[in-house]
Amino acid sequence: MKVIAAMSGGVDSAVAAARAVEAGHEVIGVHLALAANPQKYRSGARGCCTIEDSHDARRAADVIGIPFYIWDMAEEFHDGVVEDFLAEYAAGRTPNPCLRCNEKIKFAAVLDRARAMGFDGVVTGHYARTEIGPHGKTLHRAVDHSKDQSYVLSVLTREQIDGAIFPLGDTTKVDIRAEAEARGLAVAQKPDSHDICFVPSGDNAGWLRDRLGSDVGPIVDQSGTKIGEHKGAYTYTIGQRKGLGLTVPTADGSPRFVLKIEPITNTVVVGAREELAVSSMRGERPVWCGPEVTTTPTRGFVQIRAHGAALECTYYLKNGQLVAELDSPLLGLATGQAMVIYDGDRVVGSATICETA
Amino acid sequence: MSIYLDHAATTPMVDVAMNAMVTQLAELGNPSSLHSHGRATRKTLEDAREVIAKEVDCLPTEVIFTASGTEANNIALKGLYWAGRAAGKKLVVISAIEHHAILDPAHWLLTHEGAEVIQVPVTPDGVIDLVFLKELIDNRGQEIAVISIMHANNETGVIQPIAEVVRIAGQIPVHTDAVQSFKKTPLSFSTLGVIALTLSAHKIGGPLGIGALILRRTVEIPSLLHGGGQEREIRSGTLNAPSIIGFAAAAASEHYPVDEITDLRDRFIAGVREVLPDAIVNGAGADRLPGIVNVTFPHTQSDTLLLLMDGAGVSCSTGSACSAGVHEASHVLLAMGHTEVTAQSSLRFSFGATSTTADCDFVLSVLPDVITRGRAANSV
Repeated sequence: MKVIAAMSGGVDSAVAAARAVEAGHEVIGVHLALAANPQKYRSGARGCCTIEDSHDARRAADVIGIPFYIWDMAEEFHDGVVEDFLAEYAAGRTPNPCLRCNEKIKFAAVLDRARAMGFDGVVTGHYARTEIGPHGKTLHRAVDHSKDQSYVLSVLTREQIDGAIFPLGDTTKVDIRAEAEARGLAVAQKPDSHDICFVPSGDNAGWLRDRLGSDVGPIVDQSGTKIGEHKGAYTYTIGQRKGLGLTVPTADGSPRFVLKIEPITNTVVVGAREELAVSSMRGERPVWCGPEVTTTPTRGFVQIRAHGAALECTYYLKNGQLVAELDSPLLGLATGQAMVIYDGDRVVGSATICETA
Repeated sequence: MSIYLDHAATTPMVDVAMNAMVTQLAELGNPSSLHSHGRATRKTLEDAREVIAKEVDCLPTEVIFTASGTEANNIALKGLYWAGRAAGKKLVVISAIEHHAILDPAHWLLTHEGAEVIQVPVTPDGVIDLVFLKELIDNRGQEIAVISIMHANNETGVIQPIAEVVRIAGQIPVHTDAVQSFKKTPLSFSTLGVIALTLSAHKIGGPLGIGALILRRTVEIPSLLHGGGQEREIRSGTLNAPSIIGFAAAAASEHYPVDEITDLRDRFIAGVREVLPDAIVNGAGADRLPGIVNVTFPHTQSDTLLLLMDGAGVSCSTGSACSAGVHEASHVLLAMGHTEVTAQSSLRFSFGATSTTADCDFVLSVLPDVITRGRAANSV
């Protein structure tokens, strides 16, 4: 096949590109320039499209022996990922931008462009697997569960999965680094990137405050009584306990937790720990990575964070929304997060959480 | 199939240059030394200087060797500005289509050295606006420290009326970046009347890493590099004898067949117009260098086209600069009236001494499919 290898300048995508070449594909390396004004150098584990990263990606492509190009996707990234991230926070939800980037950039803008140019698919260094079975090509967890990235890929449609190649899903990260070393790739020991790539300082709250302002608003308890003030509701997360600065203690001295963020009234609601308990969730705009989920209750697992646990549940479709009922409740669940359903290691589909109970 | 149509970026070294350079690499002696070894190197090096002087029609003493065309441009523009500023002149005049090796030092003079910079606009065909220049000189000639206008543009090949510029400029020092013109079109330092002119070896079949500033005898300018006082104390540093000798050998060789390359270019343009009638040849109405063709392919993006061309075995370029690896719209095409979008839909094909009719025809054979895919990618 003729494929585009998305190369970030990190070790994973470099090895993925090398493996794709060895698998017999005709590979062209492409680095996505996502920042309109990229920084010159990486700082620690943050940022993923500095000029230094694009040099690392180019060097890896040269060592592997494949052509290399840089595609300017800064505008698409800003409109599809950064703006969405801000809008979600402004609406009181907690988005996952990596998921949005896979959905709108890597397996949409890039894949569409690649296909139009006569390529068959996109290779990435994600830790995930695909399998061909009775339902066609399906998405599965990586062998290395600690690095598994199937959660952030769960937004891909079947057509997108058809055009995706994940060469690293059968290997652990440790072995990938060793392989990079053996292949003479200088990025073998480059630190993993964490956090949000477009917030290079790592200070999410500060970054949001600069863009959404810091409108002071009330912190209330469940009866609606004001017990404190906040500086920007979106800088709080559901389940947060520290840094609330509350002046009115509870009667029994028990701690309070953030239960809810109400953007319209700019209010943060706090309450007791047990109020955080969630036993069911509903998600909108479901996407199926394989056969569609029906209204018939089915046993499986739901995951609500990128590296969170898989929770046993019963799931089904109701009024076009994906519902998951947990076997045992969990504490603290924000709307805006993705709920991803697994059948064992297979990704069934995902939806954006819009209501919890 | 691997076709090289990027000779304006760099072109193969000619055999005589490579041989001369290799021979000199084996020789021992710093040309500044007084002993027999030094004298031997100096003799060969000064022979080379005379060859280059003859080729560009200047005096040997007017040749100042540098490590690149970029360095020569920097020495000329900064040096002439500082010399002018000492006499109270702070205006730097360049054209809107200069190479970054002039644009960027001019910008640096503006941000760091108190210069005012004015860019002379160009016509839709990419020729500088002489009326604008004349008015500027009539109004503010006393303030101008230096005028720098390239001899021929590297992206479009459009040749600029430098003799006219010199005539209009009168006593104002004029520098011209002639990196693309040397050996491709008639070029005479003494006839042009400029005070300074830039050359580069690797554009004419010489080695990389060597250039020259032709600077009129008796002109004194501050230097960028201070040290051993070589090259009229304007460019200190041990002279790179092997590269200079390779440069001279390339300059003396008649390896650039102007007529054949012009025919090849015209064959290519005719072919492009036949298969893609909506393609626009930039600067088509102007006098141009034999080897450079710049074409706008509407509804495409240059970076996509480059990838597809490369995949088809064709090395060409946009001719314009990258910012962090991302292609920027060419300032040259923008100055000629293109929009950001159409400027980003353009490619430069540049022919050289080794180019053949078969190369030209092969590119024409792959072009329709590349453009079709490029348009498809542009519409998703």
